[in-house]
Amino acid sequence: MNIRKLLLPLLLLLALPIHAEEACQPRGTGDLGIIIERETGSLQVVNTTQRKSLARLEGLGDLSHASAVFSRDARHAYIFGRDGGLTKVDVLCGKLVKRIMQGGNSIGGAISQDGSLIAVSNYEPGGVKIFSAEDLSLVADIPATPIAEGKNSKTVGLVDAPGQRFVFSLYDTGEIWLADLRQPDKPAIQKFTDIGVQPYDALITPDGRYYIAGLFGEDGLALLDLWHTDNKPQRILDHYGKGEEALPVYKMPHLEGWAVAGGRAFLPAVGHHEVLVADARDWQQQAKIKVHGQPVFVMARPDGRQLWVNFAFPDNDAIQVIDAETLQIIKTLKPGKGALHMEFTPRGEHVWVSVRDEDKVLVYDTETLEPLTELPVKKPSGIFFTSRAHQTGL
Amino acid sequence: MKSLLTVTTVLLCMALPAKAETGAVADIPLSRQAEIRYLLKQDCGSCHGMQLTGGLGPALTAERLKPLPESLLTATILKGRAGTPMPPWETFLSEVEATWLAQQLRAGTALQEETP
Ligand code: HEC
Repeated sequence: MNIRKLLLPLLLLLALPIHAEEACQPRGTGDLGIIIERETGSLQVVNTTQRKSLARLEGLGDLSHASAVFSRDARHAYIFGRDGGLTKVDVLCGKLVKRIMQGGNSIGGAISQDGSLIAVSNYEPGGVKIFSAEDLSLVADIPATPIAEGKNSKTVGLVDAPGQRFVFSLYDTGEIWLADLRQPDKPAIQKFTDIGVQPYDALITPDGRYYIAGLFGEDGLALLDLWHTDNKPQRILDHYGKGEEALPVYKMPHLEGWAVAGGRAFLPAVGHHEVLVADARDWQQQAKIKVHGQPVFVMARPDGRQLWVNFAFPDNDAIQVIDAETLQIIKTLKPGKGALHMEFTPRGEHVWVSVRDEDKVLVYDTETLEPLTELPVKKPSGIFFTSRAHQTGL
Repeated sequence: MKSLLTVTTVLLCMALPAKAETGAVADIPLSRQAEIRYLLKQDCGSCHGMQLTGGLGPALTAERLKPLPESLLTATILKGRAGTPMPPWETFLSEVEATWLAQQLRAGTALQEETP
Protein backbone atom coordinates (compact mmCIF):
# COMPACT_ATOMS: atom_id res chain seq x y z
CA MET A 1 0.00 0.00 0.00
CA ASN A 2 1.28 3.37 -0.98
CA ILE A 3 1.27 5.61 2.05
CA ARG A 4 0.68 8.72 -0.05
CA LYS A 5 -2.44 7.17 -1.53
CA LEU A 6 -3.83 6.72 1.96
CA LEU A 7 -2.79 10.08 3.26
CA LEU A 8 -4.84 12.22 0.92
CA PRO A 9 -8.27 10.73 1.70
CA LEU A 10 -7.34 10.77 5.37
CA LEU A 11 -6.53 14.45 5.23
CA LEU A 12 -9.76 15.13 3.37
CA LEU A 13 -11.72 13.19 5.95
CA LEU A 14 -10.15 15.21 8.71
CA ALA A 15 -10.66 18.51 6.98
CA LEU A 16 -14.33 18.16 6.04
CA PRO A 17 -16.03 17.75 9.43
CA ILE A 18 -14.01 20.61 10.89
CA HIS A 19 -15.27 22.90 8.17
CA ALA A 20 -18.89 21.80 8.61
CA GLU A 21 -18.67 22.33 12.36
CA GLU A 22 -17.47 25.86 11.88
CA ALA A 23 -20.64 26.78 10.00
CA CYS A 24 -22.86 25.03 12.51
CA GLN A 25 -21.72 25.90 16.02
CA PRO A 26 -23.38 24.49 19.14
CA ARG A 27 -24.83 27.88 20.07
CA GLY A 28 -28.19 29.55 20.64
CA THR A 29 -29.93 31.45 17.84
CA GLY A 30 -31.55 34.20 19.94
CA ASP A 31 -29.33 36.93 18.53
CA LEU A 32 -29.50 35.85 14.90
CA GLY A 33 -31.69 37.01 12.06
CA ILE A 34 -32.03 37.22 8.31
CA ILE A 35 -31.98 40.03 5.76
CA ILE A 36 -33.76 39.55 2.44
CA GLU A 37 -31.89 40.62 -0.70
CA ARG A 38 -34.97 41.15 -2.84
CA GLU A 39 -33.48 41.35 -6.29
CA THR A 40 -30.92 38.58 -6.23
CA GLY A 41 -33.20 36.04 -4.57
CA SER A 42 -30.76 35.66 -1.73
CA LEU A 43 -30.55 36.33 1.98
CA GLN A 44 -27.92 36.96 4.62
CA VAL A 45 -27.86 35.38 8.05
CA VAL A 46 -26.73 38.01 10.58
CA ASN A 47 -25.64 38.17 14.19
CA THR A 48 -27.12 41.15 16.07
CA THR A 49 -24.63 40.99 18.95
CA GLN A 50 -21.56 41.17 16.75
CA ARG A 51 -23.45 43.21 14.13
CA LYS A 52 -22.09 41.18 11.26
CA SER A 53 -23.11 38.87 8.48
CA LEU A 54 -22.53 35.15 9.05
CA ALA A 55 -23.63 33.58 5.78
CA ARG A 56 -25.23 34.32 2.44
CA LEU A 57 -27.76 31.93 0.86
CA GLU A 58 -28.83 32.01 -2.77
CA GLY A 59 -31.50 30.48 -4.96
CA LEU A 60 -34.65 31.66 -3.20
CA GLY A 61 -36.47 33.01 -6.28
CA ASP A 62 -38.34 36.35 -6.55
CA LEU A 63 -38.11 37.90 -3.11
CA SER A 64 -39.77 41.26 -3.74
CA HIS A 65 -42.15 41.77 -0.84
CA ALA A 66 -40.83 38.60 0.83
CA SER A 67 -41.49 37.99 4.51
CA ALA A 68 -40.48 35.39 7.05
CA VAL A 69 -41.55 33.64 10.24
CA PHE A 70 -39.48 31.50 12.63
CA SER A 71 -39.94 28.06 14.14
CA ARG A 72 -40.52 28.13 17.90
CA ASP A 73 -37.03 26.78 18.57
CA ALA A 74 -35.82 29.82 16.58
CA ARG A 75 -33.59 27.63 14.45
CA HIS A 76 -35.50 27.66 11.18
CA ALA A 77 -36.88 30.52 9.11
CA TYR A 78 -39.72 30.06 6.65
CA ILE A 79 -39.53 32.55 3.80
CA PHE A 80 -42.53 33.47 1.67
CA GLY A 81 -41.52 34.68 -1.80
CA ARG A 82 -43.55 36.68 -4.27
CA ASP A 83 -43.25 33.93 -6.87
CA GLY A 84 -45.10 31.47 -4.64
CA GLY A 85 -41.93 29.89 -3.28
CA LEU A 86 -41.83 28.67 0.33
CA THR A 87 -38.32 28.09 1.63
CA LYS A 88 -37.19 26.58 4.93
CA VAL A 89 -33.78 27.82 6.01
CA ASP A 90 -31.60 26.53 8.84
CA VAL A 91 -30.44 29.77 10.47
CA LEU A 92 -28.04 28.05 12.85
CA CYS A 93 -26.14 26.24 10.10
CA GLY A 94 -26.70 28.87 7.42
CA LYS A 95 -28.17 26.50 4.87
CA LEU A 96 -31.26 25.93 2.78
CA VAL A 97 -33.28 22.94 4.05
CA LYS A 98 -36.14 22.73 1.56
CA ARG A 99 -37.82 24.85 -1.06
CA ILE A 100 -41.20 24.28 -2.72
CA MET A 101 -43.34 26.24 -5.15
CA GLN A 102 -46.66 26.33 -3.36
CA GLY A 103 -48.66 28.79 -5.43
CA GLY A 104 -48.50 31.31 -8.23
CA ASN A 105 -48.19 34.55 -6.34
CA SER A 106 -47.96 34.79 -2.60
CA ILE A 107 -47.99 37.67 -0.18
CA GLY A 108 -46.99 36.35 3.22
CA GLY A 109 -47.51 33.70 5.80
CA ALA A 110 -47.78 32.72 9.43
CA ILE A 111 -46.81 29.91 11.79
CA SER A 112 -49.37 28.22 14.05
CA GLN A 113 -49.49 28.61 17.83
CA ASP A 114 -47.86 25.20 18.38
CA GLY A 115 -45.34 25.68 15.58
CA SER A 116 -46.49 22.64 13.60
CA LEU A 117 -48.21 24.40 10.68
CA ILE A 118 -47.20 27.04 8.17
CA ALA A 119 -49.97 29.01 6.45
CA VAL A 120 -49.33 30.88 3.19
CA SER A 121 -51.55 33.59 1.76
CA ASN A 122 -51.86 33.71 -2.03
CA TYR A 123 -53.02 36.26 -4.56
CA GLU A 124 -53.16 33.70 -7.31
CA PRO A 125 -55.01 31.45 -6.96
CA GLY A 126 -56.56 33.47 -4.13
CA GLY A 127 -56.66 31.58 -0.85
CA VAL A 128 -54.59 30.15 1.97
CA LYS A 129 -52.63 26.91 1.96
CA ILE A 130 -51.50 25.07 5.07
CA PHE A 131 -48.24 23.11 5.18
CA SER A 132 -46.43 20.92 7.67
CA ALA A 133 -43.65 22.97 9.29
CA GLU A 134 -41.54 19.83 9.39
CA ASP A 135 -41.36 18.82 5.73
CA LEU A 136 -43.49 21.47 3.94
CA SER A 137 -46.00 18.86 2.75
CA LEU A 138 -49.49 20.21 1.97
CA VAL A 139 -51.95 19.70 4.82
CA ALA A 140 -54.98 21.74 3.75
CA ASP A 141 -56.11 24.12 1.02
CA ILE A 142 -58.58 26.94 1.74
CA PRO A 143 -59.65 28.65 -1.52
CA ALA A 144 -61.10 32.14 -1.02
CA THR A 145 -64.50 33.32 -2.28
CA PRO A 146 -64.73 33.05 -6.09
CA ILE A 147 -64.98 36.40 -7.91
CA ALA A 148 -64.88 35.27 -11.55
CA GLU A 149 -64.42 32.16 -13.64
CA GLY A 150 -61.39 30.40 -12.16
CA LYS A 151 -60.53 33.38 -9.95
CA ASN A 152 -60.81 33.78 -6.20
CA SER A 153 -60.46 36.85 -4.01
CA LYS A 154 -56.90 37.79 -3.05
CA THR A 155 -56.13 37.01 0.58
CA VAL A 156 -54.18 39.47 2.75
CA GLY A 157 -53.29 40.13 6.39
CA LEU A 158 -52.75 36.49 7.38
CA VAL A 159 -51.78 36.02 11.06
CA ASP A 160 -51.78 33.26 13.65
CA ALA A 161 -54.11 33.44 16.63
CA PRO A 162 -54.39 31.52 19.91
CA GLY A 163 -56.33 28.25 19.70
CA GLN A 164 -54.36 26.96 16.70
CA ARG A 165 -56.19 29.40 14.47
CA PHE A 166 -55.28 31.55 11.49
CA VAL A 167 -57.07 34.78 10.57
CA PHE A 168 -56.99 36.52 7.17
CA SER A 169 -58.90 39.02 5.05
CA LEU A 170 -60.30 38.84 1.53
CA TYR A 171 -59.34 41.93 -0.47
CA ASP A 172 -61.85 41.64 -3.32
CA THR A 173 -64.90 40.57 -1.33
CA GLY A 174 -64.41 42.45 1.96
CA GLU A 175 -64.42 39.49 4.35
CA ILE A 176 -62.48 38.23 7.36
CA TRP A 177 -62.08 34.46 7.73
CA LEU A 178 -61.17 32.68 10.94
CA ALA A 179 -59.75 29.20 10.33
CA ASP A 180 -59.51 26.74 13.20
CA LEU A 181 -56.85 24.08 12.54
CA ARG A 182 -57.08 21.93 15.62
CA GLN A 183 -57.88 19.21 13.10
CA PRO A 184 -55.22 20.20 10.58
CA ASP A 185 -56.66 18.46 7.53
CA LYS A 186 -60.21 19.67 8.28
CA PRO A 187 -60.08 23.42 8.81
CA ALA A 188 -63.25 24.80 10.42
CA ILE A 189 -63.90 28.23 8.95
CA GLN A 190 -65.97 31.06 10.35
CA LYS A 191 -66.63 33.84 7.81
CA PHE A 192 -67.36 37.48 8.55
CA THR A 193 -68.76 39.35 5.54
CA ASP A 194 -69.29 43.06 4.77
CA ILE A 195 -66.38 44.13 6.92
CA GLY A 196 -65.51 47.06 4.61
CA VAL A 197 -64.14 47.85 1.17
CA GLN A 198 -60.75 46.44 0.10
CA PRO A 199 -59.01 45.26 3.26
CA TYR A 200 -55.32 45.50 2.28
CA ASP A 201 -53.46 44.27 5.36
CA ALA A 202 -54.13 43.42 8.98
CA LEU A 203 -52.60 43.00 12.40
CA ILE A 204 -53.29 41.08 15.59
CA THR A 205 -52.65 42.58 19.02
CA PRO A 206 -49.72 40.96 20.84
CA ASP A 207 -52.11 39.23 23.29
CA GLY A 208 -53.88 37.63 20.32
CA ARG A 209 -57.26 39.16 21.16
CA TYR A 210 -58.00 41.73 18.46
CA TYR A 211 -57.60 41.31 14.72
CA ILE A 212 -57.65 44.64 12.88
CA ALA A 213 -57.89 44.96 9.09
CA GLY A 214 -56.95 48.23 7.36
CA LEU A 215 -59.29 49.26 4.55
CA PHE A 216 -58.05 50.79 1.33
CA GLY A 217 -61.48 51.68 -0.05
CA GLU A 218 -62.70 53.47 3.08
CA ASP A 219 -61.29 55.68 5.82
CA GLY A 220 -61.39 53.27 8.73
CA LEU A 221 -60.44 49.83 10.01
CA ALA A 222 -62.39 46.68 10.86
CA LEU A 223 -61.85 45.15 14.30
CA LEU A 224 -62.68 41.55 15.19
CA ASP A 225 -62.67 40.54 18.88
CA LEU A 226 -61.40 36.95 18.94
CA TRP A 227 -62.69 36.50 22.49
CA HIS A 228 -66.22 37.12 21.26
CA THR A 229 -66.53 35.77 17.77
CA ASP A 230 -70.33 35.78 17.97
CA ASN A 231 -70.13 39.53 17.47
CA LYS A 232 -69.64 41.07 14.04
CA PRO A 233 -66.42 42.97 13.32
CA GLN A 234 -66.78 46.55 14.39
CA ARG A 235 -65.66 49.69 12.52
CA ILE A 236 -62.99 51.75 14.25
CA LEU A 237 -61.32 55.07 13.41
CA ASP A 238 -64.13 55.68 10.96
CA HIS A 239 -63.68 58.68 8.65
CA TYR A 240 -60.20 59.46 9.98
CA GLY A 241 -59.43 61.50 6.89
CA LYS A 242 -62.59 63.58 7.12
CA GLY A 243 -62.38 66.93 5.42
CA GLU A 244 -58.96 66.21 3.93
CA GLU A 245 -58.27 65.16 0.39
CA ALA A 246 -56.64 61.75 0.20
CA LEU A 247 -53.37 61.67 -1.74
CA PRO A 248 -52.50 58.98 -4.26
CA VAL A 249 -50.90 56.00 -2.56
CA TYR A 250 -47.63 54.89 -4.14
CA LYS A 251 -47.04 52.04 -1.72
CA MET A 252 -49.52 50.21 0.44
CA PRO A 253 -48.86 50.68 4.16
CA HIS A 254 -48.12 47.67 6.34
CA LEU A 255 -49.89 46.96 9.57
CA GLU A 256 -47.53 44.21 10.68
CA GLY A 257 -45.10 45.76 13.10
CA TRP A 258 -47.71 48.36 14.08
CA ALA A 259 -47.29 49.87 17.47
CA VAL A 260 -48.96 49.95 20.86
CA ALA A 261 -47.21 52.13 23.38
CA GLY A 262 -48.38 53.59 26.66
CA GLY A 263 -51.97 52.42 26.16
CA ARG A 264 -52.14 54.01 22.72
CA ALA A 265 -52.12 52.41 19.30
CA PHE A 266 -50.24 54.02 16.40
CA LEU A 267 -51.25 53.23 12.82
CA PRO A 268 -50.37 54.51 9.34
CA ALA A 269 -53.12 56.59 7.66
CA VAL A 270 -53.73 55.54 4.05
CA GLY A 271 -53.30 58.44 1.63
CA HIS A 272 -52.34 61.00 4.28
CA HIS A 273 -49.05 62.24 5.69
CA GLU A 274 -50.19 61.17 9.12
CA VAL A 275 -49.82 58.60 11.87
CA LEU A 276 -53.14 57.90 13.61
CA VAL A 277 -53.22 57.66 17.38
CA ALA A 278 -56.02 55.70 19.07
CA ASP A 279 -56.80 54.65 22.61
CA ALA A 280 -55.84 50.95 22.71
CA ARG A 281 -58.78 50.11 25.02
CA ASP A 282 -61.77 51.58 23.21
CA TRP A 283 -60.10 52.37 19.84
CA GLN A 284 -61.31 55.98 19.84
CA GLN A 285 -59.14 58.36 17.86
CA GLN A 286 -57.02 60.58 20.12
CA ALA A 287 -54.76 62.45 17.75
CA LYS A 288 -53.02 62.56 14.39
CA ILE A 289 -49.32 63.16 14.02
CA LYS A 290 -48.22 65.05 10.90
CA VAL A 291 -45.23 63.30 9.38
CA HIS A 292 -42.80 63.61 6.44
CA GLY A 293 -44.73 61.44 3.96
CA GLN A 294 -47.23 58.60 3.76
CA PRO A 295 -46.20 56.12 6.47
CA VAL A 296 -45.50 52.53 5.46
CA PHE A 297 -44.34 50.99 8.76
CA VAL A 298 -45.05 52.52 12.16
CA MET A 299 -43.02 50.47 14.62
CA ALA A 300 -42.64 50.84 18.38
CA ARG A 301 -39.29 50.34 20.05
CA PRO A 302 -39.81 47.25 22.26
CA ASP A 303 -40.05 49.43 25.41
CA GLY A 304 -42.75 51.53 23.75
CA ARG A 305 -40.96 54.84 24.29
CA GLN A 306 -40.31 55.66 20.63
CA LEU A 307 -41.98 55.10 17.28
CA TRP A 308 -39.97 54.70 14.13
CA VAL A 309 -41.77 55.52 10.88
CA ASN A 310 -40.70 55.03 7.27
CA PHE A 311 -42.43 56.34 4.16
CA ALA A 312 -43.77 55.51 0.72
CA PHE A 313 -42.29 56.65 -2.60
CA PRO A 314 -41.28 59.45 -3.24
CA ASP A 315 -40.45 60.17 0.43
CA ASN A 316 -38.71 56.88 1.15
CA ASP A 317 -35.31 58.44 1.86
CA ALA A 318 -36.27 59.41 5.41
CA ILE A 319 -37.19 57.86 8.73
CA GLN A 320 -38.80 59.80 11.55
CA VAL A 321 -38.50 59.02 15.24
CA ILE A 322 -41.48 60.06 17.37
CA ASP A 323 -41.66 60.34 21.16
CA ALA A 324 -44.59 58.08 22.13
CA GLU A 325 -45.38 60.19 25.18
CA THR A 326 -45.34 63.73 23.78
CA LEU A 327 -46.20 62.71 20.17
CA GLN A 328 -43.45 65.07 18.98
CA ILE A 329 -41.02 64.18 16.22
CA ILE A 330 -37.62 63.84 17.87
CA LYS A 331 -35.55 63.47 14.75
CA THR A 332 -35.73 63.02 10.98
CA LEU A 333 -33.03 60.62 9.82
CA LYS A 334 -31.82 60.39 6.24
CA PRO A 335 -30.47 56.86 5.86
CA GLY A 336 -30.65 57.07 2.04
CA LYS A 337 -33.09 56.36 -0.78
CA GLY A 338 -35.29 53.30 -0.43
CA ALA A 339 -35.40 52.99 3.38
CA LEU A 340 -37.75 50.02 3.18
CA HIS A 341 -37.79 48.20 6.47
CA MET A 342 -36.73 48.38 10.10
CA GLU A 343 -36.23 45.73 12.77
CA PHE A 344 -35.40 46.28 16.43
CA THR A 345 -33.03 44.06 18.38
CA PRO A 346 -35.01 41.99 20.92
CA ARG A 347 -34.86 44.61 23.68
CA GLY A 348 -34.57 47.60 21.44
CA GLU A 349 -31.12 49.14 21.98
CA HIS A 350 -30.53 49.05 18.23
CA VAL A 351 -32.61 49.17 15.09
CA TRP A 352 -31.51 47.78 11.72
CA VAL A 353 -32.64 49.72 8.67
CA SER A 354 -32.48 48.49 5.07
CA VAL A 355 -31.55 51.09 2.47
CA ARG A 356 -32.40 49.52 -0.87
CA ASP A 357 -30.97 52.00 -3.35
CA GLU A 358 -27.64 52.20 -1.54
CA ASP A 359 -27.17 48.45 -1.09
CA LYS A 360 -26.65 48.68 2.63
CA VAL A 361 -28.15 48.05 6.04
CA LEU A 362 -27.55 50.66 8.73
CA VAL A 363 -27.63 49.81 12.42
CA TYR A 364 -28.72 52.75 14.60
CA ASP A 365 -28.33 53.24 18.33
CA THR A 366 -31.88 54.08 19.46
CA GLU A 367 -30.71 56.39 22.27
CA THR A 368 -28.18 58.53 20.42
CA LEU A 369 -30.03 58.06 17.08
CA GLU A 370 -26.63 57.77 15.41
CA PRO A 371 -25.64 54.98 12.99
CA LEU A 372 -23.18 52.50 14.51
CA THR A 373 -22.51 50.02 11.75
CA GLU A 374 -23.03 49.75 8.03
CA LEU A 375 -23.30 46.33 6.38
CA PRO A 376 -23.11 45.79 2.61
CA VAL A 377 -26.31 44.04 1.50
CA LYS A 378 -27.55 43.83 -2.11
CA LYS A 379 -30.92 45.62 -2.49
CA PRO A 380 -32.02 44.81 1.06
CA SER A 381 -35.72 44.73 1.94
CA GLY A 382 -37.17 42.81 4.90
CA ILE A 383 -35.11 42.27 8.07
CA PHE A 384 -36.34 39.56 10.45
CA PHE A 385 -34.80 38.63 13.81
CA THR A 386 -35.42 35.33 15.60
CA SER A 387 -37.10 37.11 18.53
CA ARG A 388 -40.22 37.00 16.35
CA ALA A 389 -40.38 33.24 17.04
CA HIS A 390 -42.24 33.84 20.30
CA GLN A 391 -44.60 36.61 19.32
CA THR A 392 -48.18 36.01 18.20
CA GLY A 393 -48.83 37.56 14.81
CA LEU A 394 -45.18 37.75 13.71
CA MET B 1 -27.00 36.43 -29.59
CA LYS B 2 -28.13 38.35 -26.55
CA SER B 3 -26.44 41.54 -27.64
CA LEU B 4 -27.92 41.11 -31.10
CA LEU B 5 -31.35 40.88 -29.51
CA THR B 6 -30.65 43.96 -27.45
CA VAL B 7 -29.47 45.88 -30.45
CA THR B 8 -32.59 44.88 -32.37
CA THR B 9 -34.75 45.93 -29.45
CA VAL B 10 -33.05 49.27 -29.25
CA LEU B 11 -33.45 49.75 -32.98
CA LEU B 12 -37.08 48.68 -32.85
CA CYS B 13 -37.81 50.93 -29.92
CA MET B 14 -36.23 53.83 -31.70
CA ALA B 15 -37.85 53.06 -35.03
CA LEU B 16 -41.42 52.36 -33.97
CA PRO B 17 -42.28 55.51 -32.08
CA ALA B 18 -40.70 57.63 -34.77
CA LYS B 19 -43.60 56.61 -36.94
CA ALA B 20 -46.20 57.23 -34.30
CA GLU B 21 -47.43 60.72 -33.62
CA THR B 22 -45.45 60.77 -30.36
CA GLY B 23 -42.18 61.21 -32.17
CA ALA B 24 -40.42 62.42 -29.05
CA VAL B 25 -40.43 58.94 -27.51
CA ALA B 26 -37.23 58.22 -29.38
CA ASP B 27 -35.63 61.23 -27.70
CA ILE B 28 -35.74 59.84 -24.17
CA PRO B 29 -32.06 59.51 -23.30
CA LEU B 30 -30.82 56.07 -22.30
CA SER B 31 -29.98 57.31 -18.82
CA ARG B 32 -33.58 58.43 -18.28
CA GLN B 33 -34.81 55.13 -19.73
CA ALA B 34 -32.72 53.34 -17.13
CA GLU B 35 -34.29 55.48 -14.38
CA ILE B 36 -37.78 54.63 -15.59
CA ARG B 37 -36.92 50.93 -15.73
CA TYR B 38 -35.66 51.16 -12.15
CA LEU B 39 -38.88 52.91 -11.08
CA LEU B 40 -40.89 50.21 -12.84
CA LYS B 41 -39.06 47.39 -11.16
CA GLN B 42 -38.88 48.85 -7.66
CA ASP B 43 -41.89 51.11 -7.25
CA CYS B 44 -44.45 49.73 -9.69
CA GLY B 45 -43.08 46.35 -8.61
CA SER B 46 -44.34 46.80 -5.06
CA CYS B 47 -47.88 46.32 -6.41
CA HIS B 48 -47.32 44.55 -9.74
CA GLY B 49 -44.43 42.28 -8.69
CA MET B 50 -40.77 42.95 -9.36
CA GLN B 51 -40.92 40.64 -12.37
CA LEU B 52 -44.29 42.25 -13.27
CA THR B 53 -46.05 38.93 -12.74
CA GLY B 54 -48.72 40.52 -10.57
CA GLY B 55 -49.46 41.28 -6.94
CA LEU B 56 -52.16 43.51 -5.58
CA GLY B 57 -52.23 44.94 -9.11
CA PRO B 58 -52.55 42.71 -12.20
CA ALA B 59 -49.59 41.24 -14.09
CA LEU B 60 -48.05 43.73 -16.55
CA THR B 61 -46.74 41.09 -18.91
CA ALA B 62 -46.86 41.53 -22.70
CA GLU B 63 -49.21 38.56 -22.87
CA ARG B 64 -51.79 40.36 -20.72
CA LEU B 65 -51.27 43.87 -22.08
CA LYS B 66 -51.07 43.25 -25.84
CA PRO B 67 -54.85 43.11 -26.29
CA LEU B 68 -55.22 46.47 -24.52
CA PRO B 69 -54.77 49.70 -26.50
CA GLU B 70 -51.55 51.62 -25.85
CA SER B 71 -53.49 54.82 -25.19
CA LEU B 72 -55.48 53.14 -22.40
CA LEU B 73 -52.28 51.99 -20.71
CA THR B 74 -50.65 55.40 -21.09
CA ALA B 75 -53.72 57.06 -19.58
CA THR B 76 -53.81 54.53 -16.73
CA ILE B 77 -50.17 55.20 -15.93
CA LEU B 78 -50.59 58.98 -16.01
CA LYS B 79 -53.98 59.32 -14.33
CA GLY B 80 -54.26 56.13 -12.26
CA ARG B 81 -57.63 54.41 -11.84
CA ALA B 82 -60.03 55.97 -9.37
CA GLY B 83 -61.53 53.56 -6.86
CA THR B 84 -58.56 51.18 -7.16
CA PRO B 85 -55.08 51.39 -5.60
CA MET B 86 -53.55 52.29 -9.02
CA PRO B 87 -52.13 55.80 -8.39
CA PRO B 88 -51.50 58.53 -11.00
CA TRP B 89 -47.84 58.91 -11.97
CA GLU B 90 -48.09 62.18 -13.92
CA THR B 91 -46.02 64.02 -11.30
CA PHE B 92 -43.12 61.66 -11.97
CA LEU B 93 -43.54 60.70 -15.64
CA SER B 94 -44.21 62.96 -18.62
CA GLU B 95 -46.75 61.96 -21.24
CA VAL B 96 -43.95 60.97 -23.60
CA GLU B 97 -42.28 58.85 -20.91
CA ALA B 98 -45.57 57.14 -20.02
CA THR B 99 -46.16 56.40 -23.72
CA TRP B 100 -42.68 54.92 -23.99
CA LEU B 101 -43.29 52.81 -20.86
CA ALA B 102 -46.65 51.57 -22.18
CA GLN B 103 -44.94 50.55 -25.44
CA GLN B 104 -42.18 48.76 -23.55
CA LEU B 105 -44.73 46.93 -21.41
CA ARG B 106 -46.78 45.82 -24.40
CA ALA B 107 -43.63 44.66 -26.20
CA GLY B 108 -42.42 42.76 -23.13
CA THR B 109 -39.12 44.63 -23.17
CA ALA B 110 -39.74 46.90 -20.18
CA LEU B 111 -37.39 45.08 -17.81
CA GLN B 112 -34.51 44.65 -20.25
CA GLU B 113 -31.40 46.59 -19.46
CA GLU B 114 -29.96 48.37 -22.47
CA THR B 115 -26.33 49.26 -22.43
CA PRO B 116 -25.61 52.48 -24.29
C1 HEC C 1 -50.18 51.00 -4.89
C2 HEC C 1 -50.25 49.93 -5.85
C3 HEC C 1 -49.85 50.18 -7.29
C4 HEC C 1 -48.70 50.78 -7.75
C5 HEC C 1 -47.53 51.31 -6.93
C6 HEC C 1 -48.78 50.74 -9.20
N1 HEC C 1 -49.93 50.14 -9.60
FE1 HEC C 1 -50.55 49.87 -11.53
N2 HEC C 1 -52.29 49.05 -10.87
C7 HEC C 1 -52.61 48.80 -9.55
C8 HEC C 1 -53.91 48.16 -9.49
C9 HEC C 1 -54.62 47.69 -8.23
C10 HEC C 1 -54.37 48.06 -10.82
C11 HEC C 1 -55.71 47.47 -11.31
C12 HEC C 1 -56.71 48.59 -11.43
C13 HEC C 1 -58.06 48.07 -11.84
O1 HEC C 1 -58.62 47.28 -11.06
O2 HEC C 1 -58.52 48.43 -12.93
C14 HEC C 1 -53.32 48.63 -11.67
C15 HEC C 1 -53.40 48.70 -13.05
C16 HEC C 1 -52.36 49.11 -13.88
C17 HEC C 1 -52.38 49.06 -15.32
C18 HEC C 1 -53.56 48.62 -16.18
C19 HEC C 1 -53.47 47.14 -16.38
C20 HEC C 1 -54.74 46.58 -16.91
O3 HEC C 1 -54.78 45.35 -16.98
O4 HEC C 1 -55.67 47.29 -17.21
C21 HEC C 1 -51.17 49.50 -15.76
C22 HEC C 1 -50.70 49.62 -17.19
C23 HEC C 1 -50.39 49.82 -14.59
N3 HEC C 1 -51.14 49.57 -13.47
C24 HEC C 1 -49.09 50.29 -14.63
C25 HEC C 1 -48.39 50.71 -13.51
C26 HEC C 1 -47.09 51.33 -13.59
C27 HEC C 1 -46.31 51.57 -14.87
C28 HEC C 1 -46.75 51.63 -12.31
C29 HEC C 1 -45.49 52.36 -11.83
C30 HEC C 1 -45.12 53.58 -12.52
C31 HEC C 1 -47.81 51.16 -11.43
N4 HEC C 1 -48.79 50.61 -12.20
C32 HEC C 1 -47.79 51.24 -10.05
C33 HEC C 1 -51.84 49.10 -8.45
C34 HEC C 1 -50.62 49.77 -8.48
